[in-house]
Amino acid sequence: MFIEREIMSASTTQSWTAADLRLAGGRRRTDVRMRRLFIAAGLTTLLFTGLIVYTLVKDAFSFFIDVPKHELWNIGWFPRRGFFDIKTLVVGSLMVTGVAMLIAVPLGLGVAVYLSEFARPRVRRVLKPIVEVLAGIPSVVLGYFAIAFINPNLITVLAPGANKAFNIAAAGAAVGILTIPIIASVAEDALRAVPLALREASYGLGARRVATTFRVVLPASISGVVAALILGISRAVGETMVVAIAAGAVGGGLFSTDPFQPGQTMTAAMAALGFGSDQVAGDGLAFQSLFFIGFLLFVLTFLLNLLGDRLVRRVREEY
Amino acid sequence: MALSTPSKFGASSAANLTARITGGKRDVKGRVVEWLLLATLGVTLLILVALIVNLLDRAWPVLNGRFVDFLSSGLDASNAQEAGVWQAIRGTLTLAIIVIVVSFPLGIACAVYLEEYASRSRLARLIRINVRNLAGVPSIVYGILGLTIFVKFAGGITGGRTVIAGGLTLSVLVLPVVVITASEALRAVPRSIREGAMGVGATQWETVRSHVLPSAAPGILTGTMLALSRAAGEAAPLLLVGGITGLLRTGNLSLWEQITDGGFTSMPVAIFSYARQTGADFQAVTAAASLILLVLVVVINGLAIWLRNRFERNW
Repeated sequence: MFIEREIMSASTTQSWTAADLRLAGGRRRTDVRMRRLFIAAGLTTLLFTGLIVYTLVKDAFSFFIDVPKHELWNIGWFPRRGFFDIKTLVVGSLMVTGVAMLIAVPLGLGVAVYLSEFARPRVRRVLKPIVEVLAGIPSVVLGYFAIAFINPNLITVLAPGANKAFNIAAAGAAVGILTIPIIASVAEDALRAVPLALREASYGLGARRVATTFRVVLPASISGVVAALILGISRAVGETMVVAIAAGAVGGGLFSTDPFQPGQTMTAAMAALGFGSDQVAGDGLAFQSLFFIGFLLFVLTFLLNLLGDRLVRRVREEY
Repeated sequence: MALSTPSKFGASSAANLTARITGGKRDVKGRVVEWLLLATLGVTLLILVALIVNLLDRAWPVLNGRFVDFLSSGLDASNAQEAGVWQAIRGTLTLAIIVIVVSFPLGIACAVYLEEYASRSRLARLIRINVRNLAGVPSIVYGILGLTIFVKFAGGITGGRTVIAGGLTLSVLVLPVVVITASEALRAVPRSIREGAMGVGATQWETVRSHVLPSAAPGILTGTMLALSRAAGEAAPLLLVGGITGLLRTGNLSLWEQITDGGFTSMPVAIFSYARQTGADFQAVTAAASLILLVLVVVINGLAIWLRNRFERNW
């Protein structure tokens, strides 16, 4: 009441200008300052991407200039001896990813379909957090699990010729376990984004739940499901510690296409160069190869993520 | 009347009706598929159980015999009986503090910019795409960033291969997680809350501080904890920025020496180092350290999930 009267009397005696509505100087300055701070924080993330790209490109380029080109296609990856056979690493990464997908695709998609289409709400509420726990397992722990359990109890039993200590298959299986929750959660989101009306229409036509799931819901969400697979592949390609622990071949390795023997991937080769980088620092070329592989890995995962992201958004836009 | 004709269909008319529609055939295929799907879930849970049982089984000699000694001993490559993890635990805590101090304010501020200040501008869209891309960059690539920027370029400030360089690297690594989860939490705050504050004359910053951030706090907290558990479990980038792996230093570096002279380690890095040693004794040490890390990470994650469910508000 009191304020009202004051404003009333003010308005009768003088006209209001923009200056009267303006904030007190202190509050305005704080507001401007905070706005700048928030913009700066937003720009920082761009800075980090720029720095990553810059450091990778700069040293990858100088490695590519300096390296004798025939060393890039050789008998194996031995950076300290000057053998930089890229295909050894790429094939190693492909094998690990392939084995990982053998495990993660059926399990991840199965879990996603069950949780989204079959589980009762109460069951889902209990099971979903448990699957989320799986996503939180540190990769070093799974790397240890690969050499302590997966290799002796599964791989060497199924394939008696497999290397007893380290091999690509055991590492790939553990990477697969890491990938299950990613595939499961992205695919489940895609399945749940399919409107209920589509399912009801299918039921109305007399289809059972299984037919509805596989003939209606899955086709409707196919781009999201594919996105889940792509993001899973991207995660598997980038996984480092599991392979560094369980795949062996730390110092380098010969070119090999046998998943039951020790092998090297792009990520594990980088880690191996890294934790010996005191010694490598003197040897320019071996150290720079770190950036070259890093660049390859960055480009590869970037393209995969871009594709996955596009597909995820397509599902979201459709419904 | 027509609906209730028990004389015609018998007592269990629903079952009868189903039988008439399906022609009396049982849905064998459907049942099999459903059981298969349930089996995938079962296998997934079984893997989790196998992991925990295996770790407990292998770690038992350490957990039962010398758990306190294990917690208070330093790294040791020569004698598994004297190997421990206290340096690693302290390293992980120091790294976590750096991540909390650096990454959380920066990430939340970035999210506030994206959601409150510039939700539809071109710059915001660019930053959003960029953050999503950063979230998918393999962790080892962040190690290269850390090595070039925090160890070499800014070596004068961080002291080279120190826990500070490691902490900054992890901060950049988890930044996208913080930004994405905080953005989601801010987006969930309804417009009317902001309009209420604006309506009584609050500036944008005052609106954010007094209304939006408090309303979004539980969601933001959940995201930060997920980020923290990610940082606690990450080893790959630390290998590149100087987490010690050879277990050569068994000395008792003080906290200050760790910060200034390097030679830091963390739980995942220590597990990696122990996993590379041979012999059943070191297997037990590795398993025990893994179990401690797993419990730590699962507790943080569980807390985050619990927080999310507890404070989930439908406005």
